[in-house]
Amino acid sequence: MLNTFLNKFPVFHSGKSRLTVVFFLLCAFFSSASLAAEVTREQIKGIDEQVQDIKKDVLELTTELTRLEEKLLFPSNTQVSLFVSLKGDRDFILDSMQIKLDNKVVAQHLYTYKELEALRAGGVQRIYTGNIKTGDHALVASFIGRTKSGNDYQRSETFTVTKAVGPKFVEIQITGDSASDQSLSFKDW
Amino acid sequence: MLFRFIIILTAMLCSLPVYAASGLKNVELHDLYFGEVLYYAYQDRPFEALARLDNELSQYYELDERELDSLHFHLGQAEFSVGDLELQYRMNQRAGKAIQAVLGDGLDLATRNIAALQLARLYYRKDDPESTLYALDLIRENPDKSRYEEKYSLDNLRGKPPETFKTDVAYLRALALIDTGQFSKAVDILQELREEKSLKGFVLYNLGIALIQSGREEEAMAVLDELGRLDTDDRALLALKDKTNLKLAYRYLDRGDAKKAQMYFERIRLDGPFSNRALLGAGWVAAAQGRFDRALVPWSILHKRSVTNDAVQEALMAVPYAYSKLEAYGNAANLYDHAMDVFAAEIDSLDSSIKSIRKGRFLTALLNEKADKDKNWVVNLRELPDTPETRYILELMASNDFQEMYKNYKDLAELRHHIDKWLADLRVFEEMIEIRRKYQEPLLPVVEEQFKKIDARVKLRLEQRNNLASKLKNLLIAPRPEYLATATERQALDTVMALEEIIKARPEAVDAQTLEKVRRMRGILLWRVRSEYDQRLTDAYNNLIALDRDIDKMKLRYNSFIRTRQAATQSYEGYTIPIRQLRTRLFAAQRKLKGTMAKQGRMLETMAINELDRRRKRLEEYQIKARFALAENYDRATKAQFDEELMRQRKLRGEAAEKQAQDAAKETAPENAPADTPQAPDEKSSVEEAPADRPAVKKPSSFKQKLLSP
Repeated sequence: MLNTFLNKFPVFHSGKSRLTVVFFLLCAFFSSASLAAEVTREQIKGIDEQVQDIKKDVLELTTELTRLEEKLLFPSNTQVSLFVSLKGDRDFILDSMQIKLDNKVVAQHLYTYKELEALRAGGVQRIYTGNIKTGDHALVASFIGRTKSGNDYQRSETFTVTKAVGPKFVEIQITGDSASDQSLSFKDW
Repeated sequence: MLFRFIIILTAMLCSLPVYAASGLKNVELHDLYFGEVLYYAYQDRPFEALARLDNELSQYYELDERELDSLHFHLGQAEFSVGDLELQYRMNQRAGKAIQAVLGDGLDLATRNIAALQLARLYYRKDDPESTLYALDLIRENPDKSRYEEKYSLDNLRGKPPETFKTDVAYLRALALIDTGQFSKAVDILQELREEKSLKGFVLYNLGIALIQSGREEEAMAVLDELGRLDTDDRALLALKDKTNLKLAYRYLDRGDAKKAQMYFERIRLDGPFSNRALLGAGWVAAAQGRFDRALVPWSILHKRSVTNDAVQEALMAVPYAYSKLEAYGNAANLYDHAMDVFAAEIDSLDSSIKSIRKGRFLTALLNEKADKDKNWVVNLRELPDTPETRYILELMASNDFQEMYKNYKDLAELRHHIDKWLADLRVFEEMIEIRRKYQEPLLPVVEEQFKKIDARVKLRLEQRNNLASKLKNLLIAPRPEYLATATERQALDTVMALEEIIKARPEAVDAQTLEKVRRMRGILLWRVRSEYDQRLTDAYNNLIALDRDIDKMKLRYNSFIRTRQAATQSYEGYTIPIRQLRTRLFAAQRKLKGTMAKQGRMLETMAINELDRRRKRLEEYQIKARFALAENYDRATKAQFDEELMRQRKLRGEAAEKQAQDAAKETAPENAPADTPQAPDEKSSVEEAPADRPAVKKPSSFKQKLLSP
């Protein structure tokens, strides 16, 4: 078939030209073949393993980089971390939180549905990590929330954070038996 | 293959609630950072959760006294959660190792059982049913425990009741048995699970499959029929029910039992995902019975639906076919003509889709932010704008392989983002370190100098305090009132002693009265010092305690200063090499990621192009068939017109001959012969009246052009 094709075009009669044509035809064949190639299960499995390797590498790097970041930005002698937990009525809907430390707003957060569900399930949100000097500091936590029926209300509480030499952790708990009456409490860790 | 896909789908569906109620639930919290891990895990953000958990665990294992760390209370859960989260993050290799490690530990029976179930699920996802069965065999019930205790311990597992755990185990075992060809055993297990509400539809479907595979076809049909009649509002079950009815209908259609096939087709919802194929099948049932007018009813509904659907494209050919069978050749020809126009347009659209995919727009569309809003990625993809990149490939997108690859591609895109962010952060860290170095380096020597002086004073004062404390302690053992005399008293005593010395040296110079005065003065002083000794000693202790409070404050400030001074040095020292190493590793990971992402992207593109190419070839086949059918119907329509005209002319000639004969008989009337040439047939008359629900078509024209076109 190739000979028939070549014989139709006298310009390709010489041996060198024939080789060139064969080369181009082979190239064309393989390029078209590669485009139409099916993706095999082995290929899928192979690439999946490569992806898993990359995930492993990036997770390891993230662990090291997080520690470096913490050491660099929040040394333990000045570090303070504030956590929010929700232990109250399931019908209570937390909309937002605001944290003031030494009369300065350091964190504000609006909650998504997923975040709220995670808090309800027992997750704890680290809302702020920063640096403060040793000694006493005024912490004011406020929230805006509502009941399922849509009655909005807000609460605010003050707490004194006593910072010593080591890192300081404070848990801000939202608790209460009724969705319409949730209150704030603090736990010094 | 299809059965396999359904089994995988059901296994995945059944595992969803398990992941949602992951092994991390109902944890009493002792460690705030572990609580943060849960916060991300519960939001289905396994990367964030894993990164934090790895960090916490690595810090924990570096400690000397681990039992003092608050994570110690959660260690078992944390170790187990690593595997659980890795599984969610589709890191099957590492998850398997993590879960196996938990199985090897001396954990409680309940956690071990859950770990074994997770491992079994992992093997099943990896398409390894033998290992799935092996892992399921690791699940043990402690014979020493009473029924209540066993229930209690299982009840604690992820907040799930023990019945659900046992059901999950049994169901997974049945699926693995089907995959290993042990259909009879699978049937036995699935029969026991038939009444299980949470798995109702899936159990019936798999039971039907197992029965078919074990050669009990009639029983299988009865089971599948039960599923096909299931009363449910659940969307997933409704889809499974439709699919089962569709399969049953086609099975009976293949057997030639049109009546039963019709019954099953009629059970399928008209707005469900299988409605198009059901309408097509219902039409074919009627066609198989030779009732093409009836076949036109479902096909005409289908004819109006989105032309990208396979069944709709087939209906575009089926409707004119039915008209042709009803001898409405004109209508058939028009509809074939319409179909050819649609196919030509769709082939152009497919060509542009393929071109667009080759330009990389498909991958861009896959990473569209809109596709990231919901966990249900297939729904998201359906919501993507109808661009050339995503048309025609929704079915492909729903396939398991594509889904896995798409998730991997999205994960890689996220990892790329993380790496880019860290690389940018490292640049900021370096800048920050440099600023700190420039600020701290000149300051530190001056601070150090001042600190040395203060340090010496602090040490002196502390020594003084210790001396005082030591003296007070001695006073308790050997009272020395004079030690607690006031300065005035001590001065007065010194004066008295000096006077006594003078009197002793020159007694003649002092009279008796003066002598008495000096003696009384000494007496008063000693009386005061000795009588007030206890009170003075108490006051001294109180003052020492007050001093200690001040000293504590001073020590706090002193230690704080020491740490701050240390932190100031550490804020810029010792980072250069770690940052350089981390950057090198980040670049290496970035290179690896780019290469893998490109490969993964090419595979997705290839799959999409292959799918589009397959659809294109099919449309080309339809086009060829339509062209021939059009020509045939055109010929038939023309022949019908010609026959009709011929008949009309024969009739006219007959009438004329009759009239001529009558005229000749009369011999009085003038001859009026009819025209020789037949009148051209009215074009409109060749086209039959279409039924009321006939699909809209373009004006009939250019049949010959179509026929002559390549």
